[in-house]
Amino acid sequence: MIRFTVNNQDVSVDTPPMARLLDVLREGVRLTGTKEGCGEGECGACTVLIDGVAVNSCLVPAIQADGCRITTVEGLEADGRLHPVQEAFLKFGGAQCGICTPGFLVTAKALLDRNPHPTRAEAREALAGNLCRCTGYQKIIDAVTEALAAPPPAAGTTGEPAC
Amino acid sequence: MLTCTAPVHRVSTLAEALAQRAAHPDATVLAGGTDLMVFLELGSVNPPAILDLWGCTELRGISEDGHTLGALSTWTDVARHPALPAALRDCARTVGAPQIQNRGTIGGNIVNASPAGDSLPMWLAMDAQFELASVRGVRQVPASAFWLGYRKTALAADELLTRVHLRPHADDRLHYRKVGTRLAQAISKVVLGARLRVVDGVVTEARVALGSVAPTPIRAHHVEAALVGRPLDAAAADAVAHDIAPIDDIRSTADYRRTVAANVIRAWLRDEAARSPDR
Repeated sequence: MIRFTVNNQDVSVDTPPMARLLDVLREGVRLTGTKEGCGEGECGACTVLIDGVAVNSCLVPAIQADGCRITTVEGLEADGRLHPVQEAFLKFGGAQCGICTPGFLVTAKALLDRNPHPTRAEAREALAGNLCRCTGYQKIIDAVTEALAAPPPAAGTTGEPAC
Repeated sequence: MLTCTAPVHRVSTLAEALAQRAAHPDATVLAGGTDLMVFLELGSVNPPAILDLWGCTELRGISEDGHTLGALSTWTDVARHPALPAALRDCARTVGAPQIQNRGTIGGNIVNASPAGDSLPMWLAMDAQFELASVRGVRQVPASAFWLGYRKTALAADELLTRVHLRPHADDRLHYRKVGTRLAQAISKVVLGARLRVVDGVVTEARVALGSVAPTPIRAHHVEAALVGRPLDAAAADAVAHDIAPIDDIRSTADYRRTVAANVIRAWLRDEAARSPDR
């Protein structure tokens, strides 16, 4: 039996020790937000956090998750509210077909936890292990760099014309 | 999905790891899993047992002075360590992408012994010493004597790579260059790790190491010989033609690799010459 927490819930699963964490999450725990893309660590669609660190869940054997704290895309929202980076993906059009989106969101969360205001170059480096074939990446980078940007000053307080 | 059902031996101390290695010399060693999990899923390996070192925390981490690196240190550990040479930290940031760097270990890269292993020319360039341990004892093997053939290393069946030792010299200039299809997630076509010491305008020591151009990472001894004892001259790069015998494969051609190996060495030497012409 392997035990860990997923999105703050205790989980124990009966699984072969070398089963992929990806399969344990999707089929054992029924959390299907985490996607399989390439299955060989190239595309990042299966990214989850282990103790806050972004990893490809297709490359982690279940036994190495024993005792760990796992975060999947389902765990990004809190109290029924989307994580700011999820809101930003909606605002900037960071998702199209959607297969890569959970991986991008989870990788971006790990970046923003470490660096709340990344430059575009920092965001690109942090997201280099996530592939997207739809967006051309610009809108994803927009969303990640703006996710935690300070809200614009209220109209009338800066001398700028309000629109 | 192909789930491997081999028994897994988990260890949390080095003493346990060595005892398990001695008891199961046919087991495949698992560290961060970034290579092994791919091979298992492809069905290209079918190990009778797995020795999982990941929980062996004493093999993780880098000494404060940057001179000793535990074999389980990840590429992220290397990239973020302030005392390590910039070129080695740059190298760490070219391994796969962040998710791979967070999990992949220096020991895995070294022991897998892929001719395209991103870091291997750097260990050659730095004259790294590899600490190999078994229940019989500990020995140090220089990087230059570790890779014996295609995916073949000096490790005995009961040995584990435990640490990497570096002896940096203040006057050394280190350089790393990886040529791949793109910046992230690329398997290298040519990798250069190099080190130069120049005293009073004369090269006194040169290490020029290349990956992806031979069955193992190699030292370009002809280039080194052309450099040492003379003022820095980028023309020494031409000697690499006598050092390498690359092949055509899915990632590149032999011609491309020959040309690019010479080019990356020449570019490095020109940069070094331009950087401090009086030394």
